[in-house]
Amino acid sequence: MKEKMASFVASFGLPRLIITGFLLALFILAPIVGVDLPMQITNVINRFSWNAILVLAMVPMVHSGCGLNFGLPLGIISGLLGATMSLEFGFTGPMSFIMAVVISTPFALVLGMGYGALLNRIKGGEMMIATYVGFSSVSFMCMMWLLLPYHKADMVWGLAGKGLRTTISLEGYYDKVLSNFLQINIGKVSIPVGALLLFALLAFAMWAFLHTKTGTAMTAVGSNATFAKAAGIKVDKIRMLSVVMSTWLAAIGILVYEQGFGFIQLYMAPFYMALPAVSAILIGGASVNKATIMNVILGTFLFQGIVTMTPTVMNSVIHTDMSEVIRVIASNGMILYALTRRSEVTR
Amino acid sequence: MSTKQQNAGKTALNFLRNNTVPLMFIIICAVCIPISGFSPSYLLNEIITRLGRNAFLILSLLIPIMAGMGLNFGMTLGAMAGEMALIFVSDWQIWGIPGVVLAMIVSIPFSVILGLICGKILNMAKGREMITSYIISFFINGIYQLIVLYLMGSVIPIAHGSIKLPRGYGIRNTVSLLNMRQCIDNLLAIRIGGVKIPALTLLIIALMCLLIVWFRRTKLGQDMRAVGQDMQVARDAGINVERTRIISIVISTVLAGFGMILYLQNIGNLSTYSAHSQVGMFCIAALLVGGASVDRASIGNVFLGVTLFHLMFIVAPQAGAKITGDSMIGEYFRVFVSYGVITLALIMYEMKKRRQKASIGEQLALAQKEEEQHE
Amino acid sequence: MSEKTPLLEMKNIRKDFFGNQVLTDINLTLQEGEVLGLVGENGAGKSTLMKILFGMDVIRDTGGYEGDILLNGQKVDFKTPFEALAAGIGMVHQEFSLIPGFTATENILLNREPKKKSVVSEIFGERLDVLNRKEMTAKSDAAIRKMGVQIDGNMVIHDMPVGHKQFTEIARELSKDQLKLLILDEPTAVLTEKEAEALLDSIRGMSAQGIAVIFITHRLQEILDVCDKVVIMRDGYVVEDVPSGETNITEITRKMVGRAVDTAAATDIRNNPDAPIAMSIRKLWVDMPGETVRNVSLDVREGEILGIGGLAGQGKLGIPNGIMGLYDAGGEVTLRGKKVPLNSPRECLNASMAFVSEDRRGVGLLLDETLEWNIAFPAMQIQNKFLKNYLGGLVKWRDEKAIHDVTQRYIDELAIKCTSSKQKAKELSGGNQQKVCLAKAFALEPGFLFVSEPTRGIDVGAKSLVLNALKKFNRESGVTIVMISSELEELRQTCDRIAIVSGGRVAGILPASESAEQFGLLMVSQVK
Repeated sequence: MKEKMASFVASFGLPRLIITGFLLALFILAPIVGVDLPMQITNVINRFSWNAILVLAMVPMVHSGCGLNFGLPLGIISGLLGATMSLEFGFTGPMSFIMAVVISTPFALVLGMGYGALLNRIKGGEMMIATYVGFSSVSFMCMMWLLLPYHKADMVWGLAGKGLRTTISLEGYYDKVLSNFLQINIGKVSIPVGALLLFALLAFAMWAFLHTKTGTAMTAVGSNATFAKAAGIKVDKIRMLSVVMSTWLAAIGILVYEQGFGFIQLYMAPFYMALPAVSAILIGGASVNKATIMNVILGTFLFQGIVTMTPTVMNSVIHTDMSEVIRVIASNGMILYALTRRSEVTR
Repeated sequence: MSTKQQNAGKTALNFLRNNTVPLMFIIICAVCIPISGFSPSYLLNEIITRLGRNAFLILSLLIPIMAGMGLNFGMTLGAMAGEMALIFVSDWQIWGIPGVVLAMIVSIPFSVILGLICGKILNMAKGREMITSYIISFFINGIYQLIVLYLMGSVIPIAHGSIKLPRGYGIRNTVSLLNMRQCIDNLLAIRIGGVKIPALTLLIIALMCLLIVWFRRTKLGQDMRAVGQDMQVARDAGINVERTRIISIVISTVLAGFGMILYLQNIGNLSTYSAHSQVGMFCIAALLVGGASVDRASIGNVFLGVTLFHLMFIVAPQAGAKITGDSMIGEYFRVFVSYGVITLALIMYEMKKRRQKASIGEQLALAQKEEEQHE
Repeated sequence: MSEKTPLLEMKNIRKDFFGNQVLTDINLTLQEGEVLGLVGENGAGKSTLMKILFGMDVIRDTGGYEGDILLNGQKVDFKTPFEALAAGIGMVHQEFSLIPGFTATENILLNREPKKKSVVSEIFGERLDVLNRKEMTAKSDAAIRKMGVQIDGNMVIHDMPVGHKQFTEIARELSKDQLKLLILDEPTAVLTEKEAEALLDSIRGMSAQGIAVIFITHRLQEILDVCDKVVIMRDGYVVEDVPSGETNITEITRKMVGRAVDTAAATDIRNNPDAPIAMSIRKLWVDMPGETVRNVSLDVREGEILGIGGLAGQGKLGIPNGIMGLYDAGGEVTLRGKKVPLNSPRECLNASMAFVSEDRRGVGLLLDETLEWNIAFPAMQIQNKFLKNYLGGLVKWRDEKAIHDVTQRYIDELAIKCTSSKQKAKELSGGNQQKVCLAKAFALEPGFLFVSEPTRGIDVGAKSLVLNALKKFNRESGVTIVMISSELEELRQTCDRIAIVSGGRVAGILPASESAEQFGLLMVSQVK
């Protein structure tokens, strides 16, 4: 019995166990300290629906052995370009969301290909370089947001008449288009079915892709690149495909996030967006070179659960908001844990 | 073409390849300085101030590079240790040079503990030290916030009300260091035609350089170089690889702590929760601008780097404003350049590793061809 | 000879790796200043013996050894190489153990640098002593002089020619004052003729200064040139211990490869000189680290099993790896009249070639995946087998049932021991992993098969199963097979013809029915 427990802890990972336990404790504590549980559950589900696709974006690159996509901001930028252009071109309502997806797709493909080509030339150092590719592209776009010829009045700075604002409200555009679509209310809990459906659709597509010939090749490349090469797989091409997929999913992910959040956030906002997604998938049970759809769902739920529950519950218990600190320690601790696992270093 | 000319061409090309970044910066500065319209004496003054402020911090990066652990993004840990020491010293109301010296002494145990933790973790993540040290800095930042924001004043005694948050525990967002502001810089300062030279600070930096030169010649320095180049060979020769790597990180962390204290005494106040967050990035960018790479860095790189990087930092906003009419462009430009430089350096380092591998096959084909000609 | 205590005496040394006897009753004596040549095929036990003498970790980790080692009449038992070093034994390994960015001097004195004490080091410990560069130079110069070769102490290692690196390694051992016995493990393998000559001279010099040398090499002429006596090992026994003046190359070779009971070559050898050429290899070079191939030309006949043998590191493994595109290669390869493009595994597989790699864990298997994936993967990717097409072929879905069926078929056919076809490859034993690799190649239904070291690291029972499966595949399906192996015996039992590779070149091709001695001569020959 004891051995069984030990082996369970070893395979599941102590940090993961602590985080799950912590969230469970929060849920148990919530009603006791008088927190409005249905509202909290609504919150968790909503935040899940905003973030899940960004976490899903991690899967292809982990499968192809490129590691955790710390370069997620690059995809986010494609999404932001699509969003701002869709608005600039005068689309409104649900159409603006569809057009944002349509416009961001070519950007995601082109940027993803460039990024993929770069990662193919620096095999082994992907994660560090991905981080900095993300940073450089975000800071480059900071200049571009100012310089690109955007003119729509509710997007640019009022005085200058040019240069995009740091936050752009989506009211009248695609604010909550997915969340409100087919929304179900059970008692006080409301479920954003539309947003969940889109995630389910993409997650299913990813699952299906991994069952096709090319998807199989991608997993093999990540599992043992030399084996794949010897089996006639063009490793670089598969890796490139995975990077493009990840970048495109990140673009869609940010659009879904925006529709839930209600605002487009520009400039430095995408800067640290990779880290929550990375730690979420790791908390869900993924490692540097293995990830499943289940890891995505579980991880996003756990991560967002902690992010939403801690502030309120902690506030009620000790009357201070330590949530930010706990989030920083838990999420980065999880990434550190994954990076230092010996088995994954040696393969 | 004679072989001599060919060689000369090759050397020139190699020189260009190895110095792309500094040359690029010289060009950027050469273009931006006239546009910005700053006077030379103003620029000189600024550069010297920033040299005094930053050089020590950047010097702390050299030792882990020597030990083959790459750019130590974990130097932020030292910065945090230095900040904690300054918080205590300001609480004790010890000001001026004694305050600075005491802060340095107090920072040592913090730095050593953090350095040990960092070194231990990095030994578990060989081959991916940089990304790991980068995440460690975030992780420890969380711990730092926990201590400074929640434990200080509640668990750890903080006497003085002026640095505490109104709620009774936790440290304020800014801690004034007015009473030790530039105390080292001003002592023995020399003024030459409007340019203030903080002689004592520069002297301390010079001493630090000498210390590093000396350190390279010690047995420990030699061991670190060996470990940095080939861990297995070093281990076979009986060098304790793990311990050597940890020592290099501990030294770097302690020096970064000192550097941060010097930096903050120049600034004159401490932004408790943000002062350290960017310091690693700026120091690493500056070092790389000076021509260093992930596996090679010299003291010369530090000084060239500080000068070029900060020159760009001073002139870019002004030049950007003049060109585009928007001052924010320049601000963003310099942020972009900082990240861009690090990205570029990382890419060049990884590609260099691959280039070395690819050349062996070419040699083999060549040897066979020669052999056939002989037949 | 004088009757004083020998410098080194090894008495009744026995060693087994998990029940597998690799050394049996080894007895050796070595006098001060004596040069001993140690020869034997790969796997004869030379390196294990040296590892025991040098106190390497592997020996203790695998249960230690039996017997006694006496140094100057004193019984010794080294727990680590450092103890062996302290006792005056030095070893130069095949792989360089040098810091590339250090000078020769720094490498020679690595971790033994002369130091100067200072105030700081008194307080903080001796690691803060400053290096005494002057004395370092003096010491390394002395060591280089001892060797009698000119190398520049200030030259950085990665700028040096290979030979100088080798000399630097030797100088490092010589710089140890206590050095009494030096083990040289194939030091001349990487040297040019001139450098090798210089090395032999320096061995003579060392011997004159009273340093005993154990010299391991496959270049037998060198043994005769420089050694006082020759010790020949085979299958873990010392089969000969003779003064070098009383033997010759043919004699040594015969002892090296000849078995007590000479297992005959297989009886069903087919030698058909009229068979059409299946594959022709011309001027092939391959950059495979440690297995470099230079200018190889070779013809493989239709329907035969061609063996490629040779000693380790001579380049036999580079041939299949280069042709199949796993390492950089150049030259010309044609399969049944059609050119095979090099450096492209895909094209090779499309041309119905298949390869079972010697590196099972690195290349051959997806260790973290199921047997089903391992066996079906190449056939799925190359030949679109085990796929279901939907939407007019737009979606190629994995056909789990077909994959399961084919895996189950090979599990039965090759008797692969596993819990189910869904078991992970890493959980299987070496022999069963090898069978999975074979099944993977068979599932491709190739027209031409390379098999590299099919029996490496697997037990005797599994060996014959694997070899029989190969032979059956060849005889029943008529598939041409090229089999690469370091074990001459298994080549002779399985193959029709055997090519021997030495120094990256083909030394000769003989029918498998030739005597082991003939092959042995080819193995130690130097092709130019």
